[in-house]
Amino acid sequence: MSEHEVDATIVARDAVAVFDHQPRGLLSRVQHALHSTPALVPLIVLVLSIALFGSLLGSKFFSSFALTLILQQVAIVGIVGAAQSLVILTAGIDLSVGAIMVLSSVIMGQFTFRYGLPPAVAIGIGLMVGTFVGFINGWLIARIKLPPFIVTLGVWQIALASNFLYSGNETIRAQEIETQAPLLQFFGRSISIGGAVFTYGVIFFVLLVLLLAYVLRHTAWGRHVYAVGDDPDAAELSGVNTKRILISVYMLSGLICAFAGWALIGRIGSVSPTSGQSANIESITAVVIGGISLFGGRGSILGMLFGALIVGVFSLGLRLLGADAQWTYLLIGALIIAAVAVDQWIRKVSV
Amino acid sequence: MNKLLLSTALCLAVMSAPTIAQDAVSACLITKTDTNPFFVKMREGAEAKAAELGITLKSYAGKIDGDHETQVAAIETCIADGAKGILITASDTSAIAQSVKQARDAGLLVIALDTPLTPADAADATFATDNFLAGELIGKWAAGKLGAEAANAKIAMLDLAISQPTVDVLRDQGFLQGFGIELGDPDKWGDETDPRIVGHDVTAGNEEGGRKAMENLLAKDPSINVVYTINEPAAAGAYEALKSIGREADVLIVSVDGGCPGVANVKDGVIGATSQQYPLQMAALGVEAIKAWADTGAKPAPTEGKAFFDTGVALVTDTAVDGVESIDSVKGAELCWG
Repeated sequence: MSEHEVDATIVARDAVAVFDHQPRGLLSRVQHALHSTPALVPLIVLVLSIALFGSLLGSKFFSSFALTLILQQVAIVGIVGAAQSLVILTAGIDLSVGAIMVLSSVIMGQFTFRYGLPPAVAIGIGLMVGTFVGFINGWLIARIKLPPFIVTLGVWQIALASNFLYSGNETIRAQEIETQAPLLQFFGRSISIGGAVFTYGVIFFVLLVLLLAYVLRHTAWGRHVYAVGDDPDAAELSGVNTKRILISVYMLSGLICAFAGWALIGRIGSVSPTSGQSANIESITAVVIGGISLFGGRGSILGMLFGALIVGVFSLGLRLLGADAQWTYLLIGALIIAAVAVDQWIRKVSV
Repeated sequence: MNKLLLSTALCLAVMSAPTIAQDAVSACLITKTDTNPFFVKMREGAEAKAAELGITLKSYAGKIDGDHETQVAAIETCIADGAKGILITASDTSAIAQSVKQARDAGLLVIALDTPLTPADAADATFATDNFLAGELIGKWAAGKLGAEAANAKIAMLDLAISQPTVDVLRDQGFLQGFGIELGDPDKWGDETDPRIVGHDVTAGNEEGGRKAMENLLAKDPSINVVYTINEPAAAGAYEALKSIGREADVLIVSVDGGCPGVANVKDGVIGATSQQYPLQMAALGVEAIKAWADTGAKPAPTEGKAFFDTGVALVTDTAVDGVESIDSVKGAELCWG
């Protein structure tokens, strides 16, 4: 068997439909590889950026402390980014992720301290509120057929306003949480291996991404999410209950954001209603740099993980170099545009 | 005849009633947001004073910090409403200047509260904390606390925003001067050459930003032992970063604001010292000034030797340092806001 035939057999065993691909030249081969492995581009960019900053900064950057620090810094955006990835795979967008996150964290804190509920119960309520806000998003989008951009734009403002009105913008201090409700800070605990420090939040982030990657690839629900994002009419005709899939995606997104809210308390110690203001844009940035198509149905959640890490590497690397923070924004902006350009180029392979 | 007199008097009374209503002094308070405890306190102070003086007070606020479009709309509303004066905490100190000029041209007295406008004389007066002094106090305290070790200090500067707002610059530069570091351009942070400064980073004034900025600077130099923070939430975030590497006990954190959670953090030893400001006072004095302007046409005069009206500042710490006047956290808690 030629190499190409082996390739085709493997694909045929795993896939429902197979496109017979005849590679023409190196560029076409590269294009094909990138098309079939969407996380490859961000992974290459990530490795290159680590190598770049490593060579400029040496051990200061290449230490296990600095590298795991990047993980800690991107964990919250990454968890929210996982929620955002699911939504964007359905060709939607969720502008309310940051607001759901901070609202959930405030509810966890206030229910514990204002009403004296056990922290575990308050956390459960916070997770439920997050899921419920996600349900509202999904219901309005799937049942009432409103565009996701509009719905989540509205819910973003409503959730954020509720957060401020409910909390009176009062911060619950880290010391109080530590003595009275340490469970709220669960995700802030850490294990350290050598100089590497992994917080539970980081571990949760990585496990969540791996779990979602598996679910999206190997379960019926996961394939349906891709199908709805790629062509909802075709999915509907093939018997996918698109409305239920959409509602479940937004609910899951809400739930994950609520977990991000819990992890946020662990990271900053306190419950602060002013957190997470730009999490929606940052999560979309991670998703786009991670190669998930904004037009839905294409990309892998592992790409989002790499996308978030690229942003983290650039931020820390540039700060360590002593560059003005504006340079980080400038380069990230360029990366976003480059990522979408690459996505468009890769898409041509299927035409 | 009597009847005629009586009806004339009645007519006059009826006619003059609306005139009296129009003459009732009204004032506007425009804050950055209406959710930040600092501005909530400010509004409380203004409302109490307005009620006392019989002034109608209308309050407006931006949606989020930095939302100066809503503030411009509020200024226009106040002009249309026939207000006598405006008290404003500008979200963008230069962008707002044109609208403020419009209000002053229409005969309103405009007082900047807490944050001076750019240029400061764009408003009729500024009622604020001496932010440079607030910074200087914590700088002197930190230097005094370290003693001879101050010469080898490693300092992290956790500022507010890249745009370098006036309050941010004043506190930062005040701290450096108080600590004994030579300033570059005093209107700008980040241009100092003293090797004791490890670096500047921005925090957005909240816990999340404080933690990340602290981590960034620690990655640059893990031996940091003095941390300046723009406000207490940023300080709480920085403390979490230090705690995660087990260095919370051997680093001095100083801050500015004097909010109640911040003062509690002084008591708990999270923050070494903080400079307390008095938002209630700013607003109450501002309302009084508008009343005086409406009654006599007199504009408020700045505090002697300063370009603005100083509403006071006090250093809150439980470990007093010789030569730096301070109050303890118990007294600070009585005076705190939020």
